[in-house]
Amino acid sequence: MTLPDANYPDDLLYHDQHDWARLEGDDHAVFGITWYAQDSLGEVVFYDPPEVGGTVDKDATYAEVESVKAVSDVIAPMSGEIVEVNDALEDTPEKVNEDPYGEGWLVKVRLTAPEEAGALLDAGEYRKLLENA
Amino acid sequence: MTRYTSATPADRAEMLAAIGVGSTAELFEQVPEPLRLDCPLKLPEGMSEAEVFERLSALAARNVDAEEQVCFVGAGMYDHYVPAIVDAIAQRSEFLTPYTPYQPEISQGGLQVMFEFQTAMSELTGLPVSNAGLYEGPSSVASAGYLAMAATKRRRFVVSRGLHPHSRETLETYAVGYGAEVVEVGLSGGETDAGALAAAVDGETAAVFLQSPNFLGAVERVEALGVAAKEHGALLVVATDPMTLGVLKPPGEQGADIALGEGQPLGNRLDFGGPSFGFFCATEEQIRRMPGRIAGETDDVDGRRGFVLALQTREQHIRREKATHNICTAQALNALAAMVHLAWLGREGYRELGELLVRRTVYARERLAAVPGVELLHEAPVAREFALRLDAPVDRVLERCAERGIAAGYPLGREYPEYEDGLLVAITERRTKAQIDDLAEALGAAVATERGEFPVDITEKSPQGVG
Amino acid sequence: MQRERAQTIYEKSKPGRRAATLPAAEVPEPPLEELIPAELLRDEPPRLPEVAEPEIVRHYNKLSRRNFDLDSGFYPLGSCTMKHNPRLNERVAALPGHARLHPAQDPKRAQGALELMWLLQESLSEICGLPHVSLQPSAGSHGELAGLLLTRAFHADRGEERTKVLAPDTSHGTNPASVTMAGYEAVKVATNERGGVEMDDLRAKIGEGPDQVACLMLTNPNTLGLFDENIAEIAGLIHEAGGTLYYDGANLNAVMGQSRPGDMGFDIVHVNLHKSFSQPHGGGGPGAGPIAVSERIEPYLPRPQVVRRDGDNGHGPFFDLDLERPKSIGRLRGFQGNFGVFVRSYAYILSLGADGLAEASETAVLNANYLKARLAEGRAGERLPVAFNRHCMHEFVLSGKPMKRELGLATLDLAKRLLDFGFHPPTVYFPLLVEEALMIEPTETETKESLDAFADAIERILAEAEDDPGVAKQAPYTTPVRRLDEVKATRKPVIRQPL
Repeated sequence: MTLPDANYPDDLLYHDQHDWARLEGDDHAVFGITWYAQDSLGEVVFYDPPEVGGTVDKDATYAEVESVKAVSDVIAPMSGEIVEVNDALEDTPEKVNEDPYGEGWLVKVRLTAPEEAGALLDAGEYRKLLENA
Repeated sequence: MTRYTSATPADRAEMLAAIGVGSTAELFEQVPEPLRLDCPLKLPEGMSEAEVFERLSALAARNVDAEEQVCFVGAGMYDHYVPAIVDAIAQRSEFLTPYTPYQPEISQGGLQVMFEFQTAMSELTGLPVSNAGLYEGPSSVASAGYLAMAATKRRRFVVSRGLHPHSRETLETYAVGYGAEVVEVGLSGGETDAGALAAAVDGETAAVFLQSPNFLGAVERVEALGVAAKEHGALLVVATDPMTLGVLKPPGEQGADIALGEGQPLGNRLDFGGPSFGFFCATEEQIRRMPGRIAGETDDVDGRRGFVLALQTREQHIRREKATHNICTAQALNALAAMVHLAWLGREGYRELGELLVRRTVYARERLAAVPGVELLHEAPVAREFALRLDAPVDRVLERCAERGIAAGYPLGREYPEYEDGLLVAITERRTKAQIDDLAEALGAAVATERGEFPVDITEKSPQGVG
Repeated sequence: MQRERAQTIYEKSKPGRRAATLPAAEVPEPPLEELIPAELLRDEPPRLPEVAEPEIVRHYNKLSRRNFDLDSGFYPLGSCTMKHNPRLNERVAALPGHARLHPAQDPKRAQGALELMWLLQESLSEICGLPHVSLQPSAGSHGELAGLLLTRAFHADRGEERTKVLAPDTSHGTNPASVTMAGYEAVKVATNERGGVEMDDLRAKIGEGPDQVACLMLTNPNTLGLFDENIAEIAGLIHEAGGTLYYDGANLNAVMGQSRPGDMGFDIVHVNLHKSFSQPHGGGGPGAGPIAVSERIEPYLPRPQVVRRDGDNGHGPFFDLDLERPKSIGRLRGFQGNFGVFVRSYAYILSLGADGLAEASETAVLNANYLKARLAEGRAGERLPVAFNRHCMHEFVLSGKPMKRELGLATLDLAKRLLDFGFHPPTVYFPLLVEEALMIEPTETETKESLDAFADAIERILAEAEDDPGVAKQAPYTTPVRRLDEVKATRKPVIRQPL
């Protein structure tokens, strides 16, 4: 699957630094980067995942994704403890481009402050943010 | 007009008119007036090409080089024969005058040389990853420290005293900047003291630095020494001499995480110390922490094989303050010289040269150790350089040999106070048996004279300074 | 330039072929295991290529023809100063008295080399307007690291420990990378609408903690090719805060004999001998990055330092290596530096002399402004406006933003199409501040005809793109290979020949 055009699913929450969160249950979420982020970066060639068990802080960098000539910090939309990382991206970093909301996910987190979700944008708000940029 | 510019008065007038100014002085008005030089630099007038040549020839003539003196000095740089094709190829405009290959479509020659060089260095050291070259040897050692810190998040280096003194000092200089501690481990019988090394390495150690052959010429038992590093999760960094790897076990087969060194012996002249290059090889695990340029293979849009600079996100022009290193030079021309030299030697020639060096070195060591007043400083195995003790002031012995046209070696006392009587002697394929025999005779005569004995060689013409 | 599948030297190898013949051993030849313990010996020699000399020569000659080089054509790579490399310099560097001089030679038998180094130090000191020079750093970035370690030593000697190094957002990537290596934190300073340092931002960044400011690193003229008119005030602010002022000498070619970093207030300057002083770039080295420093920095210079000692008893001066420098930061590398580069650069300085150096910079500025004027005409003027519209120094920056918007042509496409016209493209996408940037530095050694031809080529490419932007987007067509897949090279790096 590839996504040639901008796409921002309605079931996700967005951070203004172009990261998304998918809430799973009461206190888990999956993070990734948005279509806009992967498009700006170009073809992703490398993802350096954080360690499972580490913590992520809302608005802080938790990993890097690289294209040939750029490095982009990945920002955590919410705080928590990393319970799983997407190891498959080691061999297929292109999934971040091809399927940013699916196989291109980056980490799964056990949230320590689920209420932070309230500060994130919904798809409509995020689209508006991009239009005004 | 200077020799290298070509704007005629007519050109200048046209150009100034196109710019819309009356003189170049107007262009310099952006420099605040008080900062504009109002008088010429206090430098001589320009000279003709012939005059410059004569002036520099006159300076060169005041040096005693390896054509005038038989050179047994090594200590990191060696008087090897550089094959003629190295000069012929390295002086081609196409290799001499381009910049770094930022436009790969028109830089395939240089990029492919880097790729071939990386392959050769990887083969020599027995490690899978090589960069395209660093500045030179000792600063490559310091770069390995920076890598080890990033890889281990630790800030302590354990360093053998057998590591080249310049490498140890350079590592210390850099370590002050990036905030690491350097702990030194002494030598015993010419080799790194294994017990002291094991005791010095701990869970805070980022890397252990060895050199083999070490500064005293001893071939170190790298694998055994490296155990302490492995046990504590520290990287094992091994500096080596690329001219010995045709015969010696490569660092990569002895547990080294990083193998590096001074590349000068391969295809590069002495040049009073530079330019040369440093080589830097590592395990697969360190590929994204490597310093320097790396060429990689790929295809063009038509499917044709080509080469580009790979893994550039490590580098300063992209990652800026988070770069793995600040370096942007690869010593490409020096690395080319090395590659051509290695191709010229070839697989068999490279091994044969290594064997030749070992045999002549062992011969020279035995021959010199038999000279009265001369003994071995250590009995460890050697490959191309060895250390002696003289029963006479080393500087005065060296002076006497110099008067006979022989640079007898490197005085160890310069950097090792504990070996004030030590002399380091280096062998290359240029040092013939006859020259080694001459050295034995000269050394014997010089030591004897300094010891107040009657000169062994009655033909020696050095009446001054007897006793 | 030929177009055939690239084969490495390893693929031309055949067992049994060779080029080298070595001297006979002449000494006893026992098995190696009798000389070195077997466990320290290699089992198999490394798989170096096995090729005879004629094929080696052909191979590397063929490779050479797959390179573009300065001797073949115009190379206006901004910030790189691709000026002519005089062959005289190669000749003098190759004299045996230079090329075969061992670096550990006793100074009394290396007087010519040490005097040459001392003379070069004196020359660079005069050109930079600073009293002391160390030739040791191997390149510009090495000089930067040296400068920051000097800054650290300077402050430490005063009992201070400072943490921050400021640099403009237009700075070379080496600046922040060096800052981190030297253990400092890099802080960006904004650029004003004239292309210089934004003074309010500088004051604010200093104001956050003047006693934490270790250094400001600046290139002047900056990477936009513009001289910062506020330099005296900038120097005042930094010195008042107690910091040092570092001059990245990448752009020294604009001001030789015209203006001096020392007079501008800089404490430490690095000089790229491979830029302003004609050392060939060699496809990415060697170079050299000597540093010139003010009196207060001198005690900390790396060792050894080349010094001139007065001779006694009517003897001439003696040139020596000074290792007794108690406050020195220590060594930055082995031996004395890239001496071969010093020989070439000193030959260049002797060739040009005081007037010639000043004229070189003057002509470099003239050439840059002329080319800028030519590119302000016609299509280039519309599609590639200059980023900061004022007289430039030795280089200038254009923005391809209108070209991209109106023709769909990225700066990269223009650069690739220039290859088909026989030109090396300018530096692209730097400085980061300018969108779709093209940074153009013609240097003084280009003729007016070269500059005109380059401007004409840009005009033709833009005209062609108005008809069919697809042509440039697929360029180049005439090079040994066409656009390369850099993604593939980095996703699964193949960085050596499989054997």
